[in-house]
Amino acid sequence: MEDVANILVRSIFIDNLFIAYFLGLCSYMAVSKSVKVAVGLGLTVTFTLGISASVCHLLGQYLLGRGTLTWLSKDLEGIDLTPLSLIFFWAVVILVVKVAEMLQERYLPALHALLKKFVPLTAVSCAILGGTLFMQEQALQTLPEVAALGFGSGLGWLLTVVSLAAIRERITYSDIPKPLQGLGITFIVAGLMGIAFLFFIKIRL
Amino acid sequence: MEKDILFSTKNMQQLTGSLGAFTGPATVAVLGVVPALVVTVTLKLAVFMSLSMLVVLALSSAALSHLSRTIPTRMRVVVQLVVVSVLVILVHQLLQAFAYDVSRQLSVFVALILTNSVAMGHVKEVALRSKPWPSFRNSISSGLKYGAVLVAVGFFRELLGLGTLWGFRIIPDSFYVAHGGAYENNGLMVLPPMALLLAGVVVGLKRQHYAGSNNQEQKQALQ
Repeated sequence: MEDVANILVRSIFIDNLFIAYFLGLCSYMAVSKSVKVAVGLGLTVTFTLGISASVCHLLGQYLLGRGTLTWLSKDLEGIDLTPLSLIFFWAVVILVVKVAEMLQERYLPALHALLKKFVPLTAVSCAILGGTLFMQEQALQTLPEVAALGFGSGLGWLLTVVSLAAIRERITYSDIPKPLQGLGITFIVAGLMGIAFLFFIKIRL
Repeated sequence: MEKDILFSTKNMQQLTGSLGAFTGPATVAVLGVVPALVVTVTLKLAVFMSLSMLVVLALSSAALSHLSRTIPTRMRVVVQLVVVSVLVILVHQLLQAFAYDVSRQLSVFVALILTNSVAMGHVKEVALRSKPWPSFRNSISSGLKYGAVLVAVGFFRELLGLGTLWGFRIIPDSFYVAHGGAYENNGLMVLPPMALLLAGVVVGLKRQHYAGSNNQEQKQALQ
């Protein structure tokens, strides 16, 4: 249990997808103009990342890893499909994003209307694919740990995107030097936020 | 039909076109290059990352422009993804076989070429619209421009952050405070937030540079 909690905290604050790895940057810059959209998309990313990390973990356990195909036939023991995981994970991510979009359309029409442009973007965003690949690289053993990593990374992304959106809303009327307006100042604010996040590096439960 | 000479002026222009002018996709489409900046901590990583990108970009553009006539429009994105991901997997396997330590450090970032907006945009804009050979040449030039930025950033980050280049010590030991000198490495350079700060500054400088010119395309790309 302690492990799971530690993984969760680690993935939110220390190995934060955006601050430490710059993943999900494209959609990040697109949605961080308003807090409302940022919250909506952050929640979508959390949902899809949590689910797809878990599904990919199961895929790795029963389909892709070395010797995991023995449930099909004894002869397949020596087969290792790990190199193919990129394609499989990608397919899973696209599928989960599609499902999330459909669920939103059916049950949360207001949110869907707000996010219509952005949700398909998350399928091609590196945040979710990157999150699942990190999961594979860390070789976590149990499903709860993987789910903690997935949801934690999503929550970390949500945290940073919402705070950046809030800052950007506040600096709308600030007197920023002309060349830095827009993209430039956003990068600089994000960088300063990253330096602030370094403060969390020692946290451990 | 006109014969296509390998090193004709036109072809060389396509290849080197805007290499010197710092107007490559890397600095214009900042969003594409920043994710890769996280691995530019050392020069070696930057070079390997640029090479992987170059290989994937060039081969996938050539392959896809060969295929572009035969793919039904509806299937385009899927085929595009499969071709690119196969190449990415191959590059990743090669790195693991011949440069294991580098591939450990690059970790998932080689795989993430797949979602890189420079690569995907290039494939979509160029490869599916032109013949294999021109699109191959064109993508080599894009890849080189992309790589130039990564290598430049990697050069300065390693030199200022660690005092080494490609693992070799450049700034002598005797300069450091620990050995009685007056120099100290800038530890911030090797941390990820620095790359974001630098990206912000570069965007600002570029917009300053293009503010006076009437190059509309450049201006819009940086909005």
